[in-house]
Amino acid sequence: MWDLIQQSVPRLMSGLIVTVVLTGLSALAGFHLGLGLALMRLSGSRVAAGFAKAYSTLFRGTPLLVQLFLFYYGLGEFAFIRDTPALWWLFSEGSRCAVLALALNTAAYTSEILRGGLMSVPAGVTEAAQACGMSKWLAFRRIVFPLALRQALPAYGNELILIAKGSSLASTITVLEITGHAKRLMSQTYAIFEVFAIAGAIYLLFNLVLTGAVRLLEWRLMRHTRPLTGAGIAAAPAAA
Amino acid sequence: MEFGFANVWRDGWVGAILQGAALTVAVGVLAMLMGLVIGTVFGLIKWRRVPVLEWAVDLYTTVVRGVPELLIIYLLFFSSVEFVTNVARAFGFADLAQGGFAFIVAVVAIGAIASAYATEVIRGALAAIPKGHVEAARALGLPGGRIFRRIIAPQMLRIAVPGLNNVWQTTIKDTALVSVTGLAELMRVSYVGAGSTRHPFIFYVIAAAVYLAITLISQTGFDLAERLLRLRQRG
Repeated sequence: MWDLIQQSVPRLMSGLIVTVVLTGLSALAGFHLGLGLALMRLSGSRVAAGFAKAYSTLFRGTPLLVQLFLFYYGLGEFAFIRDTPALWWLFSEGSRCAVLALALNTAAYTSEILRGGLMSVPAGVTEAAQACGMSKWLAFRRIVFPLALRQALPAYGNELILIAKGSSLASTITVLEITGHAKRLMSQTYAIFEVFAIAGAIYLLFNLVLTGAVRLLEWRLMRHTRPLTGAGIAAAPAAA
Repeated sequence: MEFGFANVWRDGWVGAILQGAALTVAVGVLAMLMGLVIGTVFGLIKWRRVPVLEWAVDLYTTVVRGVPELLIIYLLFFSSVEFVTNVARAFGFADLAQGGFAFIVAVVAIGAIASAYATEVIRGALAAIPKGHVEAARALGLPGGRIFRRIIAPQMLRIAVPGLNNVWQTTIKDTALVSVTGLAELMRVSYVGAGSTRHPFIFYVIAAAVYLAITLISQTGFDLAERLLRLRQRG
């Protein structure tokens, strides 16, 4: 058992770094794309809203594995992609392709989550911001977006875990992240359950960190709902 | 493009893709049924707060929902492959076992994942049933089985339909992952077609279209079910 741990933990940990990078980059890109799509959906422009709706239906209606294979194997078929250095740099290598597919996939789900958040912002809030003389962009940045984000955050926390889990599919296109290493270790050591348990525990810990980070952000965004403590008013009577 | 839909049609890939799609739906439906049965039992355990078992269910749903589906499939596939091959060889039907075995592992793996998500949906639906209904049924002296059948199940189902729709959509998409075990479902057929014709783009586009058709059709079905259940409530 000790031998197995010594053999598998360092490799799974090096896989964890890849999983973290894949998840982080895809979430970062996917969030911004998703926000753009959510705004298109609510923009009132028929064309933009229609595009965003179709995008969301397409990416949420097909498996991530198909999207990944379509980008990795499918697009390599076209000469113009192979001949354009920038495109070929993106599509010829597993991990870059995985980030692309994951980001585009999560953008669809994120757009639905953020759309819900944006729609929950009362119209009066926007009107008040306009009445105060805020420009549309300033009102969005300071008023609407923070309120929408606060509403959408719990659901987005789940989405982050789905991205982390989804990054395991990168192992099917030669990227050695946690699941890729786990598969190799399973076939090398035959200690299938043990490897699963260690790899699974690493994923669960990573999820815990992700949920913790979201909770922390939520706690920060909800600070107006907490009684003042520390140097604030609430502490004063206790000191007296 | 020198290779198009016409070639796919002429070379007989359409039949293979349709067969693969049928297998995908079969795996998805059986896994979903397994998820419904296990999810109902587990959901009841969590709802009734059955001691010890409650923790076991919590552990199960936490692990299965937190760990990648692919890892669960590898666990079940690799750990059973040796066992099944030995049993099959002992009885002398090794070839037969290979095909059926991948199918069973696929259903069990995807069903195990669906069970974990269905458990949470059903637990939530059970929690939304007013306590007074169950208490009233008990006061009338109805036996436990009939309380579940007549009072709990109908209300639970109505509340759970949207959540179960989500579970189904995830389940049908998760079936693509069992292609790694070699089961000739839609994704595997597309992979083989892509490899042997060296025209992956068209095969994955077709696969995506078929998956999309499956999810959109079942979405319509669920919308209809939701509307029917709501109508009955009104009448």
